[in-house]
Amino acid sequence: MVLEVIVALPLAGWLINGLAGGRLPRGVVGAIGCGTVGAACAASVMAAGDPAVAGGGLTATLFTWLSAGEFTVSAGLFMDRLSALMALVVTGVGFLIHVYSIGYMADDPAYARYFAYLNLFVASMLLLVLGGNLLVLFVGWELVGLCSYLLIGFWFDRERAASSGRKAFIVNRIGDAGFLLGILLLATTAGNLQFDRLAAASGGMAPGLLTAATLLLFAGATGKSAQLPLYVWLPDAMEGPTPVSALIHAATMVTAGVYMIARLHPLFLHAGYTLSVVAAVGAVTAFFAATVALVEWDLKRVLAYSTISQLGYMFLAMGVVMMPAGMFHLTTHAFFKALLFLAAGSVMHAMRGVVDMRRLGGLAGPMRWTAAGFAVGGLALAGVPPFAGFFSKDLILEGAFEWAQRGGAMLVWIAGLATAFVTAVYVTRAMMLTFAGPAADPGHPHEAPAVMGLPMAVLAALSFGGGLLGARVAGEPLLRYLEPFFVDSAIGVLKDRPMPAAGVITALPVAVSLAGILAGFALYRDRREVTLGALGRFLSHQWYIETLYDAVIVTPAKRLAHLLADVVETRGIDGAVNGVGALVGRAGLAVRGLQTGFVRNYAAAILAGTILMLGYWLFR
Amino acid sequence: MSVPLEAYLALSALLFVLGTTGVLVRRNALVVFMSIELMLNAVNLTFVAFARQRLAIEGQLAVFFVVVVAAVEVVVGLAILIAIFRTRDTVDIDDVDLLRG
Amino acid sequence: MMGLPMMTILIFLPLAAAIVVAAIDRKKTGALYGVGLAGSLAALALAAVVFVRFDPDQAALQFVERMAWIPSAGVSYHIGVDGISLPLVMLTAVIMPLALLSAWGSIAERIKEFVFSMLVLETALLGTFLAADLVLFYVFWEAVLIPMYFIIGLWGGPRRSYAAVKFILYTMTGSALMLVAIITLYLHSGPSLGARTFDLAQLRQLRVAMPLQAWLFGAFALAFAIKVPVWPLHTWLPDAHVEAPTAGSVVLAAVLLKMGTYGFLRFLLPLFPQATLQFAPLLSALAILGIIYGGIVSWAQPDVKRLVAMSSVSHLGLVTLGVFVMTVPAMQGSLLQMVNHGISTGGLFLIVGVLYDRTHSRLLGDYGGVAALMPRLAPLALIVVLSSLALPGTNGFVGEFLILLGTFRANPVYAALATSGVILSAVYLLWMYQRVMQGPVAVKERARMTDLTRREQWLFIPLIALIFWIGVYPSPLLRRSEASVRALVQDVRERGNAAHLASHESRVTSHDR
Repeated sequence: MVLEVIVALPLAGWLINGLAGGRLPRGVVGAIGCGTVGAACAASVMAAGDPAVAGGGLTATLFTWLSAGEFTVSAGLFMDRLSALMALVVTGVGFLIHVYSIGYMADDPAYARYFAYLNLFVASMLLLVLGGNLLVLFVGWELVGLCSYLLIGFWFDRERAASSGRKAFIVNRIGDAGFLLGILLLATTAGNLQFDRLAAASGGMAPGLLTAATLLLFAGATGKSAQLPLYVWLPDAMEGPTPVSALIHAATMVTAGVYMIARLHPLFLHAGYTLSVVAAVGAVTAFFAATVALVEWDLKRVLAYSTISQLGYMFLAMGVVMMPAGMFHLTTHAFFKALLFLAAGSVMHAMRGVVDMRRLGGLAGPMRWTAAGFAVGGLALAGVPPFAGFFSKDLILEGAFEWAQRGGAMLVWIAGLATAFVTAVYVTRAMMLTFAGPAADPGHPHEAPAVMGLPMAVLAALSFGGGLLGARVAGEPLLRYLEPFFVDSAIGVLKDRPMPAAGVITALPVAVSLAGILAGFALYRDRREVTLGALGRFLSHQWYIETLYDAVIVTPAKRLAHLLADVVETRGIDGAVNGVGALVGRAGLAVRGLQTGFVRNYAAAILAGTILMLGYWLFR
Repeated sequence: MSVPLEAYLALSALLFVLGTTGVLVRRNALVVFMSIELMLNAVNLTFVAFARQRLAIEGQLAVFFVVVVAAVEVVVGLAILIAIFRTRDTVDIDDVDLLRG
Repeated sequence: MMGLPMMTILIFLPLAAAIVVAAIDRKKTGALYGVGLAGSLAALALAAVVFVRFDPDQAALQFVERMAWIPSAGVSYHIGVDGISLPLVMLTAVIMPLALLSAWGSIAERIKEFVFSMLVLETALLGTFLAADLVLFYVFWEAVLIPMYFIIGLWGGPRRSYAAVKFILYTMTGSALMLVAIITLYLHSGPSLGARTFDLAQLRQLRVAMPLQAWLFGAFALAFAIKVPVWPLHTWLPDAHVEAPTAGSVVLAAVLLKMGTYGFLRFLLPLFPQATLQFAPLLSALAILGIIYGGIVSWAQPDVKRLVAMSSVSHLGLVTLGVFVMTVPAMQGSLLQMVNHGISTGGLFLIVGVLYDRTHSRLLGDYGGVAALMPRLAPLALIVVLSSLALPGTNGFVGEFLILLGTFRANPVYAALATSGVILSAVYLLWMYQRVMQGPVAVKERARMTDLTRREQWLFIPLIALIFWIGVYPSPLLRRSEASVRALVQDVRERGNAAHLASHESRVTSHDR
């Protein structure tokens, strides 16, 4: 029962705010928006406390959704330790961002629509993480994509916002087409989409099929979680309101791909080299996005690339079979990246929408709390102990190292390490350009109101202390909590883990991060523009990936569409049809001379015909 | 003594040829009409002759149909003729070729 | 209930209303539309009763009525409903009142004739879906053309007569060949069945030898494929849609096209199982081509109506694919998708109609930022668009998923190719939505862009309700179609293969001899 309530609460908020929100006072709209998510959070806490969650999982089957032939899918919800964690992150961080939005969106005319979309998103995301089978997960998966589309294009009168939303939806759809095929493949071979049945059937499936299925599912993940090659939508998604970026494009939705792999990890473990692909994609994406973040001028886009990069870390963790660490990083990242985005939003709020870091600067004075929040988030992101990001990133790199020792590619670990360095540099750069130095723009920046400050404070606390969830000194409560779920995946990693030899492996990331911060500080101390020459151009064009897509896919596709529509369709196919008509017309012209209009000609023709017929009958 | 069938058929053929010739060579629409009547009645004669010969009723039945159709045709045809005469002041069918293709 | 000829009443109720309409003074607009609506709503109520009383476990026809019509020629008035026709009957009954309502206020001249035509059209459509005798079916099938011809030709746009003539000639070409095939079947039924008949149930027993069966299959398939329309026989559709008035487009897209796919299921498959199995790859390939081609071409259309019309080619390609892969989930999905397409594309045309009434333009370039001017229309339009691009939670997903599932089981490559439609539909539909609804306001006469009236709102509310109902809880529909579909798939597979084996064996033995 409680599971239905968790999903139904934000759904009710959506319905109320969506249908009647325009007529309600703003206070009520905000209260409904935040209240439903807060209540869902409370319900999630309650549900997570249920002993069934720790056991086989809490299930709720609502009704048979689809049944055709022998194939049946029920609309059912399910909560085990993994989904409990996700539900808590979604509703917890979601609640904070809802509260923040009350302040951030206070002057927006479409206040009710905003909260309706946001509530719909939370409901969809909960459906995704609480879905009892792969198809319900897919429903949530697509619906969060819809909400992302709606919220990116929230200010739809701006052409760029509308286009970015559309781009996000379409790029996600490309991945989702793969995801759908993966589901079809699993449904056809396993005959069922229930998670436990899939896990049980995975052992008996042909490895080739399983590899294909998991790769297709991962294709969906590269779309939703903005990994190479489908990352292109996320930077543009920054057109949406900043709290949306914090909630959807940093903390929750984009992590759905990671969750999906964790949820289906038995399949991925049995599927030959899929996990190596995941690790490779994660490592390359992490490094790629970090380098691009280095040269971005738009504060939000820096954070967007940073998110892509951090998601790459999570996939790296999944790929090197350090799955609990991936989930741990997902959690800490939700805290510190949401915090960074909210701080950036606070800056935008104060600066009336300015996000170009060349026009920012010197905000540490007037916006002390925001600056402090950003600093905490930045240090967590850079992986400086004892901030939360340090513990999770460290664990991932440790896993990557051990994976390499077990026969994996050392390059993955090296990429992770390099990314850690670049991350520290770009986060320092963003910090310096935004908050240090003299004020670049003569405005009157003001500190955010309490309704925005409070959520940031809570997130700052979590970004600072959240590492304890997985810190060895604290007994790694989160990892221990997830351990039964990943019992077959965290092979030898959690249990009886030897202390890292000589501490070099642990010390290295910290050293690299600190070096990065120092380098960033040295480079950007006086807010100089650091030009990197050809490399800089390469980076600021995002490695020319989008240029390539435009040249190879988008433009040819448009040309093809116009060729088909304007030439093949009109002149070819319809031309053939009209040609047949014209042929009949011309044949008519040829014989129209026979139609003289003189009655006597007709009569003569009749007579001649009669005589001919008679002759035929008589002399045949 | 009865007139042999062949005589009727010969008369009928003669009438039919007369009618056909009339339709083909005359230009006055009224005369063409009368020629058509002649053809129809030639056929009627054949029907009746055969009906008598075979002592069957169907031939006479067919004649009734023909007579009715002929009457209808005259009504409609004459109406058309009058309409044409009113608009064109002529009943010469060679002057009427509105349906030329 | 027994004794009451439910199906006959259902079919002829709209016709009765049409006769009443004919007797009303043509100046009484309200009365004309009122009677028209009442007639179609009464039919809807009756259809709902049938839906509820329908026995889902029975595969055969229910509510059967059978009377000799022209006994000497083996023609009977034989009607009934099963799991295959029930969804389409419901669709027709739901769409017709909406189409009439959409015309109220939009069509201002010759209202009497218009309402009359629409009601006659409904009778013909219901008859087409309920007939179980080939002659009866053919009569209704052709009868549909007459009111539709007038609806396009009298109340259409500037090129209406071109479109109407193209529509009628194109579809008549197919039907003429079908008529030849029907008569051939009739002539063949004598020797093997004892007496010549046009009755579908009896003709199903007929086993036509192979080369002839292929020819007959071809004739039927052509008639249905033109109606669907299967690529590349689709070019009448954009023209007809562009020129037709809104109500005409709605009925055309929502119901008329389904006559083709329904014909596949009702006549083509059971009558010619062997040829069906033989030609299924060809038709599947054409269907896939249609999905991709229609999707790509839609994207490049400057005209909203043409865009939606081309999207129908794509969507019905998927439906056709679901028919010819011959698995239970795919066929059930197809059947459901016929209904879904009726709802979502009908809805899209209603939206275009609402906009056209205000701007008198169908060009994407003349729109922009409408969501800001018509805040009540925007979310409704978005839901319809999402349903059309098969977002989970809406009706479109359920049908599309089942078709893809069934197709994947039969042939994964087909499924992979068809899945590209998922991407393409997002591309062109969201493009359309953005061009029309989003961006800065680009409509020239802002003042005319008033938001939805109460009447217009009621056009969408039933559709939206159906979109979510079928999307979330499709069981009532799926359950009712399952038995019939299962029986059909089994029947075609068994008889198709058995016949195939038999002919193969005979060929082998004759060769041995």
